[in-house]
Amino acid sequence: MENYLALVVGLYFTASVYLLLSESLIRMLIGVALLGNGVNLLIFTAGRITREVPPIIPEGQKAVGMAIANPLPQALILTAIVISFALFAFVLVLAYRSYETIGTDDTAEMRLAEPVEKSQLPKGY
Amino acid sequence: MIGYAVLTPFVAALFAPILVRLIGHWAAYILALVPAFLCYRFFGYIEPIANGGRVLESLSWLPEMGINYSFLVDGLSLTFAFLIAGIGFFIVIYAGGYLKGHPSLGRFMAVLLAFMGSMLGLVLSDNLITLFVFWEMTSITSFLLIGFDHDRMASRRAALQALIITGLGGLVMLAGFALVGIIGGSYELSELLSKGDVIKSDALYGLAFWLVMAGAFTKSAQVPFHSWLANAMEAPTPVSAYLHSATMVKAGVFLLMRFYPILGETPLWETVLPIVGGVTLLVGTILAVRDTDMKLMLAYTTIASLGLLVMMLGVGGTGAIEAAVLYLIAHSFFKGGLFMVVGTVDHEAGTRDIRRLSGLRSAMPITALAASLGALSMCGLPPFVGFLAKESIYHSVSHGDWREWTIALVAVIGNVLMFAVAASIAIKPFLGRWVDPPKAVHEGPLMLVLGPLVLGLVGLASALFILELMQTNFFAPMIMAVAGREVEVDLHLWGGVNLALGLSAITVVCGVLVFMWIEKFRRGFNGVLTAIGWGPDKGFDQAICLLTWFGGVFTRFLQNGSMRRYMRLTFIFTAMALLIPIYQQNLLPGKLRFPELELWEMGVLLILTIGIIQVVLARTRLTAIVSLGIQGTAVALVFMMFGAPDLSFTQFMVETLSVVILALVLTRFKLMRQDRRSPFSIIVDSSIALSVGVGMSVFLIHITQPFLDLRLSEFFANYSASVAHGRNIVNVILVDFRALDTLGEITVVLIAGLSVLALIRLKAPASTEMSVSAAEALKTKTLKGAK
Repeated sequence: MENYLALVVGLYFTASVYLLLSESLIRMLIGVALLGNGVNLLIFTAGRITREVPPIIPEGQKAVGMAIANPLPQALILTAIVISFALFAFVLVLAYRSYETIGTDDTAEMRLAEPVEKSQLPKGY
Repeated sequence: MIGYAVLTPFVAALFAPILVRLIGHWAAYILALVPAFLCYRFFGYIEPIANGGRVLESLSWLPEMGINYSFLVDGLSLTFAFLIAGIGFFIVIYAGGYLKGHPSLGRFMAVLLAFMGSMLGLVLSDNLITLFVFWEMTSITSFLLIGFDHDRMASRRAALQALIITGLGGLVMLAGFALVGIIGGSYELSELLSKGDVIKSDALYGLAFWLVMAGAFTKSAQVPFHSWLANAMEAPTPVSAYLHSATMVKAGVFLLMRFYPILGETPLWETVLPIVGGVTLLVGTILAVRDTDMKLMLAYTTIASLGLLVMMLGVGGTGAIEAAVLYLIAHSFFKGGLFMVVGTVDHEAGTRDIRRLSGLRSAMPITALAASLGALSMCGLPPFVGFLAKESIYHSVSHGDWREWTIALVAVIGNVLMFAVAASIAIKPFLGRWVDPPKAVHEGPLMLVLGPLVLGLVGLASALFILELMQTNFFAPMIMAVAGREVEVDLHLWGGVNLALGLSAITVVCGVLVFMWIEKFRRGFNGVLTAIGWGPDKGFDQAICLLTWFGGVFTRFLQNGSMRRYMRLTFIFTAMALLIPIYQQNLLPGKLRFPELELWEMGVLLILTIGIIQVVLARTRLTAIVSLGIQGTAVALVFMMFGAPDLSFTQFMVETLSVVILALVLTRFKLMRQDRRSPFSIIVDSSIALSVGVGMSVFLIHITQPFLDLRLSEFFANYSASVAHGRNIVNVILVDFRALDTLGEITVVLIAGLSVLALIRLKAPASTEMSVSAAEALKTKTLKGAK
């Protein structure tokens, strides 16, 4: 069962890395969104997969008493989903603002911090 | 406890700035009490040391690594300690007068005292690692003192050069120490001193020798590392007098003396040292005669003297050791004094160019006296201690084979030129016709003349009046400590007519001749050196240029500002980190099991796959947004199918929100129909992406193979109902067991939300071009209106 999801995770990583390598800012953003999902599935799969048995204790009992889905990765992923959403929203707005200010969404042209002209080497001591 | 005594200058250094702020330059007199106190402490060691004993003290530091804060007091270290504290006393007072009213006098005093402590620690250390730590501390304090005038570039360059050369030498020396320690089985000098034979016969002796020599030769400014010492004259004169003539530069010679019983008297030692020292002696004296800046002349003669000392230590035999010891002590007196004289002249007359000074004897009689006392000792004339030293040098090399005669010849040439330089410095500025110097000249105050006068008198007295005392208490114990065996020492001012006296006579006659024709010699040497046109000093600049150039090119190569390159490098290394272990440890699983899927499961996975592929291929905004939504929803379904309803709900919600925000922002962007990639880039990028993807897949398959440790999950399953009173285990983990994590998560979301708000509210600044053109438009408008 895990092997199917492992292949899907591989596909996620391939797609998001390919998008992140683009010079178009908006494609990179989509790559970030994909990467979040890919990582979540990675954690999910690493914790082993069980069909349709949520980690919930039946009413009136103190312990589970049967095979359930692994709750630990789920707790981790729940946090990760929310955080990756916050990150995604932030970078989206950041990209939007930089697009407004610089006037381009091509990372090759976004050179404010590292200008294209040669850096000045120190001439003295 | 000598270990605590060594620390007193550091403590005083802490209080020096406050003291200077309170009482100005008078603080020098109070701070001078520190070296005076140290001298007093050291007096107690004189008697036991003179009786042939040695004192060991130790505090453990890292005993399991053989590193201790341990000290060794014997003839060698005690004499050095007296020189450091004794000359330091006069230097501290002199510095108070020299830098009177300087805004940074407090800083200067603090660093000077810290240097004093480091230097004392260096000479008194028993443990090699402790010695190394103090050694590097002298390099650092020297760096700070040379760069005292850090507003000037020459100062900064000199400071950096000194630090780089002596620092690198020190590091190499540390390797040598480690080697000696490993061969000898201890880092304590007191133990190593008796293991010389073991170390000298070891196969690694040669390597250890060269590594230790690297430290000694760089610190003592031997050719070709001598340029830093001349440049160090950028420092204020008290520093030149103290660090760069009397004490710190002698650390290299000290090291050679300390290691003499451990590494010395081998063919390698007796070949390398005379050559390096002899060349340094000749180069130093030639450079000294060439120069007209009195401070630089003294600096170059210091290089020459250090060369002479190294050469003498390489001769072999106790006579040569005796000569080196005497010369070292004599040199500390006369050179320290002469530097202070030059500083006083510079301070009062406003120049130290020897061609612009003449006839100052009437204006500065005490300084002139101090200058002649120092110079007479430096010339090696009786009855000064310098004469004793020079006689001893000639005596030790004048009864042997051609090797000794060559050394004697080099020594005579060096001494002749040094004689001429010393005579110039003592005679030219003070005697002759009066020439108006740049400043209204008068005698220096007590603070400035005390040091040179006393040092000059000590140089006279220790040979003339208290020779017996000096010999039993300092000369003899030091010679024995260097030689590492019993030595008969019997010094006399008058040793009868012998060959050494003849060589001395030749030296004096030739010295006088060179002094009379010094202009001619200066022009001649200058012509030769200009013709060569290249030296280690220039080479240092070239090396630094090459280094910064290489640094620039390399940085540009790695960080050329192209985002795509950064991403590519990052992911190439990610792929390598995944794939290399997989390949090396052969982690590829053999046969993969793909169990039957239910129809809906297959459907969801299919939708997921199509969604992902479609996101990559999307050419319009709408397709991209919709496909992103599809894959997100499919992930939510996966969570649903495999027992994670909470994840599923959250994923649905987040995915919906994401799509909404994305749609809002994306309407402002245009998604190019074509991804701007060349076919080559597509191939490169897809191979990188595929490598990462394959790596992740294999990695995940690999880690899902073995047994999973479920203890933590079972813990949560067992206790969530009984302890936390919740039945949904995932929720209990989040809000109970790991509640603090969730609090952190909420904080992150909150800050992200605030940042988003700030980014949206923040008004974009109008670009400069825009505002310029707008202003111009406004201007034209107004002009038109005016018309």
